[in-house]
Amino acid sequence: MVDERPSRAALRGNLPPLALHVPEPRFRPGDRVDYSWLDIPEAGALPRFDEACEARETWPATLGMIRVLDEEHRAVGGWDPRLEPETLRRMLHTMALTRAFDDRMYRGQRQGKTSFYMKCTGEEAISVACAYALAGDDMVFPSYRQQGILIARGFPLVEMVNQIYSNRADRLKGRQLPIMYSARDYGFFTISGNLATQLPQAVGWAMASAIKGDTRIATGFVGEGSSAEGDFHAAMTFAAVYNAPVVLNVVNNQWAISSFSGFAGAERSTFAARAAGYGIAGLRVDGNDALAVYAATRWAANRARANQGPTLIEHFTYRAEGHSTSDDPAAYRSAHEREEWPLGDPVMRLARHLIQLGEWDDARHAAMDREVAEEVKAAAKEAEKNGVLGHGFHHPFHTMFEDVFEELPWNLREQAEQAIRERVTKWPERAGGNDGKGNTGGAA
Amino acid sequence: MIEEDVVSLKESPSRAMTMIEAINDALDVMMGHDPDVVIFGEDVGYFGGVFRATAGLQAKYGKTRVFDTPINECGIIGAAVGMAAYGLRPVPEIQFADYIYPGLDQLISEAARLRYRSAGEFTAPITVRSPFGGGIFGGQTHSQSPEALFTHVSGLKTVIPSTPHDAKGLLIAAIEDNDPVIFFEPKRIYNGPFDGYYDHPSKTWKNHPGGQVPEGYYSIPLGKARTVREGQAMTVLVYGTMVHVAEAVLAEKGVDAEIIDLRTLWPLDIEAVEKSVQKTGKCLVIHEATRTSGFGAELVSLVQERCFYHLEAPVERVTGFDTPYPHSLEWAYFPGPVRIGEAVDRLLNSEA
Repeated sequence: MVDERPSRAALRGNLPPLALHVPEPRFRPGDRVDYSWLDIPEAGALPRFDEACEARETWPATLGMIRVLDEEHRAVGGWDPRLEPETLRRMLHTMALTRAFDDRMYRGQRQGKTSFYMKCTGEEAISVACAYALAGDDMVFPSYRQQGILIARGFPLVEMVNQIYSNRADRLKGRQLPIMYSARDYGFFTISGNLATQLPQAVGWAMASAIKGDTRIATGFVGEGSSAEGDFHAAMTFAAVYNAPVVLNVVNNQWAISSFSGFAGAERSTFAARAAGYGIAGLRVDGNDALAVYAATRWAANRARANQGPTLIEHFTYRAEGHSTSDDPAAYRSAHEREEWPLGDPVMRLARHLIQLGEWDDARHAAMDREVAEEVKAAAKEAEKNGVLGHGFHHPFHTMFEDVFEELPWNLREQAEQAIRERVTKWPERAGGNDGKGNTGGAA
Repeated sequence: MIEEDVVSLKESPSRAMTMIEAINDALDVMMGHDPDVVIFGEDVGYFGGVFRATAGLQAKYGKTRVFDTPINECGIIGAAVGMAAYGLRPVPEIQFADYIYPGLDQLISEAARLRYRSAGEFTAPITVRSPFGGGIFGGQTHSQSPEALFTHVSGLKTVIPSTPHDAKGLLIAAIEDNDPVIFFEPKRIYNGPFDGYYDHPSKTWKNHPGGQVPEGYYSIPLGKARTVREGQAMTVLVYGTMVHVAEAVLAEKGVDAEIIDLRTLWPLDIEAVEKSVQKTGKCLVIHEATRTSGFGAELVSLVQERCFYHLEAPVERVTGFDTPYPHSLEWAYFPGPVRIGEAVDRLLNSEA
């Protein structure tokens, strides 16, 4: 059939057709990786700003990058936090412990001990150095890849494993997806699976601290991917409007599951540069350089604590492993990205810096690796005594109905009775209830 | 009837107040009572709110406890969650219930779940106040009744007063409650009860018994319904503006109905519902919100499950239509006297 009407193209005259741009990462599986396009400034190139400077003084640098460790593993430039070797060794140890924990828990998931796990491999410097730079009682509103903060603050590994195994000893009563910790006593907010919700909450906590004339500040973390959420805009607006004592971190690890950072706007600008639009201070940091992360966080924390306002920090890093145990990065990105990543491995960079200082050596490093592996192994074994997911020792059925409200309303009371009845029907041999081992639920 | 469930109130003198004044008074009492109470929202500070509910509070308690916010409901509720985690007791205002949707994730996934997901480590004692309902020519975006969205969420309480007296006592109880409460204020009756006839001269709260508001502190427990009127012919389950419309229609028709003002939608006072329906054998459920999957559906279902063998007629449901709230045809949408009257007649005429 012939369409008699003039086509849209004919009506358009000489105007070009509009074109939709759908971002595409540079490399896909099998591609050779070349990062020469990536602008990595020299370590020490950026001067350190006064902590009380006008926010706008920081904005040009949001297109650069704060780097302290140079190619020879020396700490250089104004951002060098000049930490004692002992502090550096402790940071290194915490980072190594975090990595060992991740490796063990990843294997635990593969062995069927739990449903899910998320590693932070390659990003250990960000959470660990942040934790060292903050005061111990500053409040953290984490995303799901800041386990290094909990470990740095001394939260027991056994508790972490209990949570991951959703077992009888899990403080969260087996209600949360593995790794969604909550640790109020360690200043660590309950992790949400809904992305970026924690960012306006961090600002609200900081506002409350300011309302009360407290001295504690808050810090929040999102990935670059979820910085696209409206919550990010809400948090930045509220932080700016109320000059809230908060440090907002965007961990730019290049990948949000299979979507590269271009889907959050990285093709157009840096994430740190967003600070300018809101009128707050912004810093962009080599996230694989523990000293740079420490220095930037300390700068922002001091600034917030002195009522000089909020800071947005972009940590430029690379997610060395999959998003979680549920995805296979080989299906969407080139395996060579990790090898070619120009900012290296954060654990090794800090170790080489210590070696360069004469404060560390390969033998001590190997011993440390063995020690942290043993520590994690012992914690995992201890936690396993309390059960693993799906194999006994979970919390009693009635706990499912607790904590929806402070008090149990009638509908939940009725539904709890139903759940107990179902249990008797399914496992009549256990009708007596508790089997004497504290195992009041079925092990089906 | 009204005084019987009021706690800690014996000799307190009362005075006539509008619902706005009563809400303002409740906020004032709680600001004075608890230094952790903070109030914020769009235009609530210096100006005192578009409906004047927070008038004078910033001047009295200062800018860091009563303040304006950016136009960002996600930020308002999100900040409230963070403040609650700190230990404050935030009372944010969402200017119209219709504007609450950008804050839903923070309410549903965050505030409502904090206690559960952290096993009690973190809680959200937040009271979100918001005017709701139509009848003020507010068009689609200033008239909605979204209460069923919230009763559907585990971990939220939903409260809707129908008189100044209840508004004050319930709001104080909501603020004191350690769980998040959605407090919807029926804005059609802010300044006076409404009989459903938009062309009648408007009434004030002055001569209504529910307009007499005790001074000082008192609270009305959440989860307790109020029997507006005892009767034998049928049970009417209703809340907010529609309490007064139902009362007027049934009085006009001379029906000896038992009218139950639910006051708290969830947790529902199931005992009051069961007791009344089992006594009367007939039940009429009324709300202004759209019909399908409305809170009325839950009420009808509960009555059917729990009172079936006492029922002498099918349960009737009178609601707004399943359309957006139309501007010029507002009164055609509103479940007014004609729609209620028809349902009452069907109940009265049904064979047992």
